[in-house]
Amino acid sequence: MGWAIALAAAGLTPAAAQAQAGSPATKATAAAPAAASASAPIVYGSVGHQIPNPKIGMPQPGAIGIEEQVTPIGHEAEHFHNVWLMFTITAISIFVLGLLLYVIVRYRRGAHPTPSRNTHNTMIEVVWTLVPVLILVSIAIPSIRLLRHQYTPPPADVTVKITGHQWYWSYEYPDLGVSFDSNILKEKGDPTLKPGDRYRTDNDGPPLLAADERMVLPAGKVVKFIITADDVIHSFSVPAFWTKLDANPGQLNETWAKIDADKTGVYFGQCSELCGARHGFMPINVEVVTPAQFQQWIVSKGGTLPGAKPAAAQASAAAAKPQPAQAADANAAKPAATNQAATAQN
Amino acid sequence: MSTIPADALKLKEHEAHHAHHDADHKPGFFVRWFMSTNHKDIGTLYLIFAIVAGVIGGGISGIMRWELMHPGIQVLSHAWPIGAGSANFDEQLHHWNVLITAHGLIMVFFMVMPAMIGGFGNWFVPLMIGAPDMAFPRMNNISFWLLIPSFLLLLGSTMVPGGSGLGAGTGWTLYAPLSTSGSAGPAVDMAIFSLHLAGASSILGAINFITTIFNMRAPGMTLHKMPLFVWSILVTVFLLLLALPVLAGAITMLLTDRNFGTTFFDASGGGNVVLYQHLFWFFGHPEVYILILPGFGMVSQIVATFSRKPVFGYLGMAYAMVAIGVVGFVVWAHHMFTTGMNVNEKMYFTAATMIIAVPTGVKIFSWIATMWGGSISFETPMLWAIGFIFLFTVGGVTGVVLANGGVDNYMHDTYYVVAHFHYVLSLGAVFAIFGGFYYWFPKMSGKMYNELLGKIHFFLMFIGVNLVFFPQHFLGLQNMARRIPDYTPALAYWNKVSTIGYMVTVAGVAVFFVNLFWSLAAGKKAPNNPWGEGATTLEWTLSSPPPFHQYSTLPKID
Repeated sequence: MGWAIALAAAGLTPAAAQAQAGSPATKATAAAPAAASASAPIVYGSVGHQIPNPKIGMPQPGAIGIEEQVTPIGHEAEHFHNVWLMFTITAISIFVLGLLLYVIVRYRRGAHPTPSRNTHNTMIEVVWTLVPVLILVSIAIPSIRLLRHQYTPPPADVTVKITGHQWYWSYEYPDLGVSFDSNILKEKGDPTLKPGDRYRTDNDGPPLLAADERMVLPAGKVVKFIITADDVIHSFSVPAFWTKLDANPGQLNETWAKIDADKTGVYFGQCSELCGARHGFMPINVEVVTPAQFQQWIVSKGGTLPGAKPAAAQASAAAAKPQPAQAADANAAKPAATNQAATAQN
Repeated sequence: MSTIPADALKLKEHEAHHAHHDADHKPGFFVRWFMSTNHKDIGTLYLIFAIVAGVIGGGISGIMRWELMHPGIQVLSHAWPIGAGSANFDEQLHHWNVLITAHGLIMVFFMVMPAMIGGFGNWFVPLMIGAPDMAFPRMNNISFWLLIPSFLLLLGSTMVPGGSGLGAGTGWTLYAPLSTSGSAGPAVDMAIFSLHLAGASSILGAINFITTIFNMRAPGMTLHKMPLFVWSILVTVFLLLLALPVLAGAITMLLTDRNFGTTFFDASGGGNVVLYQHLFWFFGHPEVYILILPGFGMVSQIVATFSRKPVFGYLGMAYAMVAIGVVGFVVWAHHMFTTGMNVNEKMYFTAATMIIAVPTGVKIFSWIATMWGGSISFETPMLWAIGFIFLFTVGGVTGVVLANGGVDNYMHDTYYVVAHFHYVLSLGAVFAIFGGFYYWFPKMSGKMYNELLGKIHFFLMFIGVNLVFFPQHFLGLQNMARRIPDYTPALAYWNKVSTIGYMVTVAGVAVFFVNLFWSLAAGKKAPNNPWGEGATTLEWTLSSPPPFHQYSTLPKID
């Protein structure tokens, strides 16, 4: 199982950079477990290392529209934007352009040497005040509805606590006892790459967007994201989920996503609030898998499946599931993480 | 109203007492330009300052577009006059953040504001209301000279440590805690002091304009007869007066958080990081109207002049600006839709933001109605004004998209936002500034500019800036994040187009400078009113350039 080795990539965290002068809050790097057991190969295609479909979940070369959406909120918002907003703003722009071209041609000095002195027309002034109001109301109604839907999450099946650091993310599944850091994968030719370090391949994702460790989520389930930061403000963003929420130090922000059951795959995002030198180098990778694969992944990460008591009855829990029982790594139980989760949800 | 001539007379006597000369006596070079109390000279100083700052700020965007032309880091590894790149990767990346910070602050505080308010405002508010000068001429002078140390502090900040490298790399918004615990070293302190000085300068200027416009209008020049440019400056300076103290407070809190152990924006001491954003944007949103409202005023004058028609719906136009100013104070949190607000706040700020589109629409339609039935000629200023109307509309409608709090979960902090605010500022405010410059250049210099070069400048720049910024909508929709020095190769195509657009824009600006220097040296002499019967405001009744002290007999407006 490649997952254990992937943690080694935490060793890729440029520790020197973390200890940069002037960033007193970067001590968190110390938390990145130095479990670097050097180089066992990644098994691409295994859960946590699925090969991304280049047509979805990442920017497309030369494309001009919104990325394909894979959540109900995303579908609603995309429809609102692509159909109603785009239609309205295009129509308004063309209308204004048309009026301008008309007056330019019709009232140019050559064609219309004597100007009128007309400076008032109450009727037209009322019309061009009220019609925009009606257009805005027609935008505001679906807009407010979208907001209402975004803020009425169904009960969560899985909770992920996301912490932004300078300059990497860490993900924690507090109820499941899994937590890890996620760092950018450097390119093969990168001079700062140490011999034996893992570098990015196309199986990991596109340049600058691929990370060593992915947040793995079950398709068709409601996922609650609890987002915070431990140094400066970062912003957690997964465009394909229509999700973006700031990670504020000292605060817990909460949002949610429910990925369509048939939309397994890898989705890429990146930090979206200026957070210092490597702001552009802290990607977010979310791998969406079937619920069964998700359970398999949790167990493989040393986590505890729901229903099982933390640390205690792990093996029986794994057996009780329809999943083929995984070798339960008892040493990985993390009751402390579970406590943190309870705090986070309060 | 009867006190105005007396006031004016006193000023006149005062001058006479010192100079013992007639109205057109000019003091020697040093006294005239370094100790000026003349609104036209101070306006000229502001315009020169804005042009210098604009070249620096525009040059910085050139470095940025050059870096972004291809994926990878190619340019930041070189040393630059402002700050320095180096072999250290983090310092190179920090340098990028310094560039975006400097570009934003320079363009907002040292280019657009000095050009519009300090430059054109100083020059033409007194001329248009029939006043001999500004109410407080010495205060006028210090409000200009405060900008010099302010600008030097900002430029100097790029050469001292600011965290991961040299300079303040916080973005122009200076968000805490990146600007507090995240940026050790004096760079951010210097940037804060720079903003303090720029703010003090603007507040002094604002007080001066308010006093001048309320007290020094010529007999018969009622508020409802004032040219729309004067109205626009009046609304703008009220926004300045109300918004800038909030910025000053916010950045002072940053300063004490950084240096004196307070924790306004530090959760570990009971503070709140989002509080800074509320304070900043309470200033920041009115600020964007400060940047564009004088442009509205200039475009109104230009459109009326070249259509040979009075402005359509004058009162609606004036009060639309007042409405934009008032509503502009209660929409600030639409800059913060992703900070984790509750749903009620988000709904309110979505709705309130959209309301601004109504008075803005009134202005767009009124400009077109002014042209409707007119007899339009297309000298260079009119081209800029028409370009402004259309491009501001495009920037406005993308603003309506971004106003939707729910949609912002996708758009926020992407290039879509960059495209939006450059359409309203780079293509809106800057087009208005160029329009105003060509419109008033004959009046200010006494020389005509070259019409052909002016038109070439317009068309090059129209094509150029659209090539720069329209593709950035696509980049934003494909989720290219703001403020990143490198991007995934899928985004390369539109980035390259954008950089090519920058090159076209630079060619246009080069034509502008050729035109400027050629016209100053060898332009035809400008008549009092080069624009004909459409130019009805008072400045066109004076000679070109106007006498050193104008209106020794106050004009009377019927």
